[in-house]
Amino acid sequence: MKLKPPSPSDLGDRIRETEVWKSIFRPGSIFRKGYKDTSRDRALATMNNVLYHLHPVKVKRHGLKLTYTFCLGGLSFFLFILLTITGIFLMFFYRPTADIGGAQAFTDMQSIRTSVFFGDLVRNLHRWGAHLMVFTVTLHMARVFYTGAYKPPREFNWVVGVILLFLTLGLSFTGYLLPWDQLAIWAVTVGTSLAGYSPFIAKQANFLLLGGVVVGPETLLRWYTLHVIALPFVLVIFLAVHFWRIRKDGGISGPL
Amino acid sequence: MAKEDTPLDQGVFDSTLEAELAKGTDRRVAEGRARSAAVRAYRAANPEEAAKHEAAGAKPAAAAATGGDGGGAAAPAAAPAAAAASAPAGAPVAVAASAVTTPVREAPLPTGNVPTPKKGAADKHRLLALVPPEGIQRVEREQGDRVNVWPHLLIEEFVAMFIMLAGLTFFSVFINAPLRELANPNLTPNPSKAPWYFLGLQELLRYFHPMVAGITIPTFILVGLAAVPFVDRNPSVKPGDRKIAITLFTILFMFGGVLTIIGSFFRGPGYNWVWPWAQGVFFEL
Repeated sequence: MKLKPPSPSDLGDRIRETEVWKSIFRPGSIFRKGYKDTSRDRALATMNNVLYHLHPVKVKRHGLKLTYTFCLGGLSFFLFILLTITGIFLMFFYRPTADIGGAQAFTDMQSIRTSVFFGDLVRNLHRWGAHLMVFTVTLHMARVFYTGAYKPPREFNWVVGVILLFLTLGLSFTGYLLPWDQLAIWAVTVGTSLAGYSPFIAKQANFLLLGGVVVGPETLLRWYTLHVIALPFVLVIFLAVHFWRIRKDGGISGPL
Repeated sequence: MAKEDTPLDQGVFDSTLEAELAKGTDRRVAEGRARSAAVRAYRAANPEEAAKHEAAGAKPAAAAATGGDGGGAAAPAAAPAAAAASAPAGAPVAVAASAVTTPVREAPLPTGNVPTPKKGAADKHRLLALVPPEGIQRVEREQGDRVNVWPHLLIEEFVAMFIMLAGLTFFSVFINAPLRELANPNLTPNPSKAPWYFLGLQELLRYFHPMVAGITIPTFILVGLAAVPFVDRNPSVKPGDRKIAITLFTILFMFGGVLTIIGSFFRGPGYNWVWPWAQGVFFEL
């Protein structure tokens, strides 16, 4: 008897019939055998997928219109994911130290640009993506205002959104110091000098931000920690509340 | 199962009926009470027979539940026969009789412990709850014109995502992010500017005391933004009904935008005014 190798489509069917495949893709998944383009299977595709699960099964039709949301909230979220991925990559090659003996932070930046495989591209993506995220988050806020999406019952979600905007600016600003070049420390010096004018707690506020009286190695470590773990952690919590409230408050606002 | 099938203790029946009637109970109620007392007395006196009876009563029910397959085949046959026997007396009687003959289950007193399932009990169980009308939350929501998220919204989101990713990658391949010389605390660049999103505030520093420009105004912006939904109580989302809100927001947003642009492109050495097309751009991202 001559054994014939199975055709690709036959092999695909056989793989999709295995217990392992079926254990990974829940009923209704588009990757499962027997997915039908019916209302029921479409609903299951949304409900049974961890990524699509952010969404409800159905949305108001007007929410699909590009000119209603301009995808700004979704793009901001996607940029956050992209920045997390590129940021983790950069963390492998970066040390937040700038002692008298040698500024590791700066030399690491140089080697990311010159010796790390794809280092330059990833660093560019991280930097430009960060600027773009500040932009999209701000525009997202404007969109929400113009569509009146902050009105009851969505008042609290607007407040969460303002906190997220503030955190986005904080993340961007803390990241600005990390290259430890002339641009970084002087931009941060200008930005933080204003804290020295806060009423009653001027000195304390300044020390809290800088870990000293001027921008120095302590500031770098402090802002690095804020940038890579503290602020993202807080942001993710508020992000979860933000997304959850969208669902609870009845999905996308409108129509106008 | 017919009424006559139930064995009972005649002595107990007579004495209970007499006692109930003497109390002035209605005859129908008294007969019922006497009958139940008599049946219970009979079963107490003949436990082995009562058990057999109970098993016979339970069997048709179980067979009916499983769809009468295999071993239970004899039992369903018995049930229609019993029904047929009582047919001359009329259907309602048969129903009442079967209610009486249903074996009485003595439920154990609640212990507060987690109940252990009986041996051989079915894996499935049904829950029945009585919900008082005031406990029901009525949700009124118009169904509206809705579409499935998969594929309509998700396709749109993925396309938006890929377009942005492609654009950003393209930009990143050709334009390098700036990296100047090593930080030097003793050498202040001229001009030294904050990141672009703070340049509006830095521009305000030209006109106001640093405490106003750096503390009061940013705080006012943040708190003011957060307070927007609580200040604007106009329930309408139609742009025509929101002229004041939209105008105010647009003016403030434009104001911030213009200040940021001035701070970015129209300020040069010494943070003095420059024309970007004449003296060049002093701006870095």
